[in-house]
Amino acid sequence: MTERLVPDDLGQLVDEAEIVICCGSGGVGKTTTAAVLALQAAQDGRRAVVVTIDPARRLADALGLEGIGNTPTRIDGDWDGELSAVMLDTKSTFDAVVTRYAADPDQAERILSNRFYKNISGALSGTQEYMAMEKLYELQADASFDLVVVDTPPTRHALDFLDAPKNLTRFLDHRLYRILTAPTRGVMKAVNKAATSFIRQVTKVVGAEVFDDAIAFFQAFEGMEDGFRERADAVLELLDDPRTAFVLVASPRRDTVEEAHYFADRLAESDIPVAGLVVNKVHPLFSDQLPEALRERARTLAGTDLGGLYANLADFALIRSREDDHLVGLAEQVAPAPVARVPYLRSDVHDLDGLAEIATHLFASN
Amino acid sequence: MTDAAGADPFFTASRVVIVAGKGGVGKTTVAAAIALAAARQGLRALIVELEGKSGLASMFGREPLDYEEVVLTDEGVGGSGGEVRARTLTPDDALIEYLDDAGLGRLSKRLVSSGVVDMVSTAVPGLRDIVVLGKVKQIEQRMAQGDETAPDLIVIDAPAAGHAITFLRSARGLIDAVRVGPIRSQATDVQAMLSDAARTQVVLVTLPEETPVNELVETAYSLEDEVGLSLGPVVVNGLYAEIEGLDADPKAAAKTAGTSLRKGEAASLAEAADFRQHRIALQAEQVARLDEGLPLPQIRLPFLFEAELDPAGLAILADAVLAGLAAAPTPAAASVDVAGEQA
Repeated sequence: MTERLVPDDLGQLVDEAEIVICCGSGGVGKTTTAAVLALQAAQDGRRAVVVTIDPARRLADALGLEGIGNTPTRIDGDWDGELSAVMLDTKSTFDAVVTRYAADPDQAERILSNRFYKNISGALSGTQEYMAMEKLYELQADASFDLVVVDTPPTRHALDFLDAPKNLTRFLDHRLYRILTAPTRGVMKAVNKAATSFIRQVTKVVGAEVFDDAIAFFQAFEGMEDGFRERADAVLELLDDPRTAFVLVASPRRDTVEEAHYFADRLAESDIPVAGLVVNKVHPLFSDQLPEALRERARTLAGTDLGGLYANLADFALIRSREDDHLVGLAEQVAPAPVARVPYLRSDVHDLDGLAEIATHLFASN
Repeated sequence: MTDAAGADPFFTASRVVIVAGKGGVGKTTVAAAIALAAARQGLRALIVELEGKSGLASMFGREPLDYEEVVLTDEGVGGSGGEVRARTLTPDDALIEYLDDAGLGRLSKRLVSSGVVDMVSTAVPGLRDIVVLGKVKQIEQRMAQGDETAPDLIVIDAPAAGHAITFLRSARGLIDAVRVGPIRSQATDVQAMLSDAARTQVVLVTLPEETPVNELVETAYSLEDEVGLSLGPVVVNGLYAEIEGLDADPKAAAKTAGTSLRKGEAASLAEAADFRQHRIALQAEQVARLDEGLPLPQIRLPFLFEAELDPAGLAILADAVLAGLAAAPTPAAASVDVAGEQA
């Protein structure tokens, strides 16, 4: 087995990796980072596709994502390679999976119209994560792309998507599931008394109709578990594949840096090295003087315009030194992964020019 | 119950305040600042943290939270008699408690560990959310009944925006999906609490940036229309405070002040001043857009350059919450006025 790619810089990453997964907590700029990485690959002549999850509307418009959905749509632009984008639709992706593994259209239809299915396809813990991975699997198998970049959902528990395939198979393997799929109620007598009394009690709590829907779903699902399980295993293997690179996205605030540490720990537990760290919204460094010295100068000049100017410079020097402090440990933790700092820009990013500006910081060494 | 007579009407308008917003806007910080502001006014506020992982306790300089209520403030909060308590309330904890109450007590721990509960709660979407909200309602009812040990205000640190809508819509969804039984009555009770302005209000939090502002406006309308929630003031977090003198040319300003600048310093001072002014102008634009899209009073909190999110930083934000409530500012005033850290 080849070693996982730990590139010297992000330029090498987008030129050599086949799959890039951007992970990080909510609000740190994952979607933007994913878009910039794919865009750079296209500019370097590769055929790249980016999977976005719930992008901000103006960014979506800028990328020409309006009206595109669950299948890759080509974005035209001035680059040597190709750039396509997908906006993940969890439910449609799940529907497609069901249709693929159903024995016949009739079975698919019975599942797709089942109320319980409609509920779980939107609500099963980790469904969105799993479907992001499912989409990733589908796209990497597509010979028309050299690179797939995926944004990950901003989940409560950061790296749930690593567990998502397992969650689905655990669901299918569950004892209760097997009880429920028993073809007739008569068989219930054979299962132990505790289970029966449990089911009766649960029915009392949640209502009988929920249970009837569930039973109908599992019966309709019969025979499809193997296909599902194989696919979930294949997706899991893909996450383990050296071709897959994980990019950690963070902001320099103390709380998001703490969450980034947690992400890095989780990846390390799965023996996955971080291939790059992108820190967005780092305050610009305007001066190399110490914040305390600037603050002192502002104090002695208080009440004058110059005092105001120094107070402002001190503010930025202080916040930057604090951000640097927060980031030291994180950079060490992900070493030797390259670290790219994107400054907090004068204006917010929501068009291709903005993405290009971010690219100059991500690929500074190019 | 402590004496709330002198408190800002915001703190007594409803028993529950739900703080919600997109990830990264500082929701937890705002929940903490609101609770501390309430305590300063003599109230006993309880923060309910739903994700079990935030840095809430460290903002008060305390150890991480637990399922048990803990007091986060020093005694008396500067003589006000109020306090801030906090606890976590995760779906798993609440579900075990719910199953206990539903008479499945003996089984509940085993059901959770064996994954059966996971499966049942998957089969009934919204179940996890409804048990959490049901637990909140239980505390709220203790308040209504004048229970001595109950808080005066419950502040909920809600899940991030998309999740918040799902979370708060769970009751209505379950009322539609489940026609009889304890889940339905639980959902009905929770929905009654959420849609009663005297019991619950939502405070939405945003940063003064385009995307979070857009999302806040959308979230606001869906919460109002789909859940029937009442919206309290919105909080704009992270505003750069104005500083006098940023318009001045550094060299001229140095001359006026009778001092000289080091080599390159004029450029640093000018660049930094330009950056702040440009950002302040953008922020003012977003604050005005927010006001146009969502005509609600705004509470504006300063970006903390100097203070960390520790007790000192939180104190600044609590001051700003109280000042904001007192002024109930709207962007009708031409410029965005936000108190700085030095103020």
